[in-house]
Amino acid sequence: MASDRALRNLPVIATLIVALMLTMMPMPDAVSAFRPDWVALIVIFWAMSVPRSYGVGVAWFAGILVDVTQGTLLGQHALALCAIIYITVKFHLLMRVFPLLQLTATIFALLALYQFLLFWINGVSGVHVTSVTYWGPVITGTIIWPLLYTFLTSVRYRVQLGG
Amino acid sequence: MVVSRSNNTNPARIPALGLRALALLFLSLLLMFLDKRDNHLDTMRDAISAAVYPMRVIVDAPARIWQTAGEITETRDDLQRENSRLKTELSITAADLLRLSALEAENSRLRALLDARQQVPDEVRVVEIMSVDANPFRHNIVLDIGSNDGVYDGQAIVDANGIIGQVMETGPMTANAILISDPGHALLVEVNRNGLRTVAYGTGEFGRLNLPGLPNNADIEPGDLLVSSGLSGAFPAGYPVAVVDSVTRIPQDAFADVTATPAAALDQIREVMLIWSSRQADEIAAEKRSAEVDDDG
Repeated sequence: MASDRALRNLPVIATLIVALMLTMMPMPDAVSAFRPDWVALIVIFWAMSVPRSYGVGVAWFAGILVDVTQGTLLGQHALALCAIIYITVKFHLLMRVFPLLQLTATIFALLALYQFLLFWINGVSGVHVTSVTYWGPVITGTIIWPLLYTFLTSVRYRVQLGG
Repeated sequence: MVVSRSNNTNPARIPALGLRALALLFLSLLLMFLDKRDNHLDTMRDAISAAVYPMRVIVDAPARIWQTAGEITETRDDLQRENSRLKTELSITAADLLRLSALEAENSRLRALLDARQQVPDEVRVVEIMSVDANPFRHNIVLDIGSNDGVYDGQAIVDANGIIGQVMETGPMTANAILISDPGHALLVEVNRNGLRTVAYGTGEFGRLNLPGLPNNADIEPGDLLVSSGLSGAFPAGYPVAVVDSVTRIPQDAFADVTATPAAALDQIREVMLIWSSRQADEIAAEKRSAEVDDDG
């Protein structure tokens, strides 16, 4: 039973670690502004697929890790992730029956909300962002979602993860 | 949503979702409040950053491997050329250094005459940069040295060309540092030519600093070298910071629009020097002593 659970958790932990590493990876300045919010995308996927096991708690913990690695205010990414995952879990049944195009539009809205919450917290805590490229991750995240979704779904069925 | 509310035994209903989300939201707010206000959470941050340290090493590996590969595959010709260039540079700097020691001797003689406090040279150590912060709107770097090696918050970081930034947070093995080009950074500088004091603010661009506090009639020109004034206590005095590249005097405004280019190439740094200024080193040593006394007592 224990090994079964470990096997179920393995893809989630592995994808989260990869997402965190992609977030930390040093990149040229021009590319860096358009880096998708990997952690947010991965957490959204697992929350809509297996909401009972990976919900707001996992999102919060992932957010804290992002805060530490990015050197941002502790709890900032945690709060934003928690908020969008709450919405994801609340509407996970609806999102599962969406066609991919409509789902991608939903992801766009979620990512925009995520980025806006971060923008808002940044503003309150005195980090003022004026550049338009701040919203770049929303666009690239939306573009990458269909690919990521297809890939993660195949991973999920390969390891026999039930809903 | 309508479905999930219809009854409690519905399989689509996630138990206590709203309550849990609300609790976590409040927890995040509390964390942010504590983190912003004081540094109560430093130990927690240190613990987590130590846990993700292996990930940092892996992520940083490609750049390191690339660098090592470059070193290995350098041709004999390149090496010889570089060698002769370095030899020339060395002889030039050696000549400069000779003059410097004479000047230093003269300086200490003059200081003795003036009965001023002797300037103790600062201790310097070369440190490698582990990674550059992924967030493009914050100019932060991570150093592979931490409080175990005596790094402290606010410590100045320089390279061969000038000041780069200062340490913001120290973990046991790594330290986060903020560059002078970060939009949230400001440092006290003076114009080397005439000692005019002002503040240089980061702009979020690596190649530009802003000096918004200078009146229109201030004696400042393009080409002026700005050096750290040492008045804030964070940075030692006399290190080059930037070179003024444009001064726009707008008649109807109270202040001139002055921008400067940092002396160090902030987006191309790989190795930096940490400075233990003598005064701060003394303070730290005193702090450590008192902490040890506390532990004993």
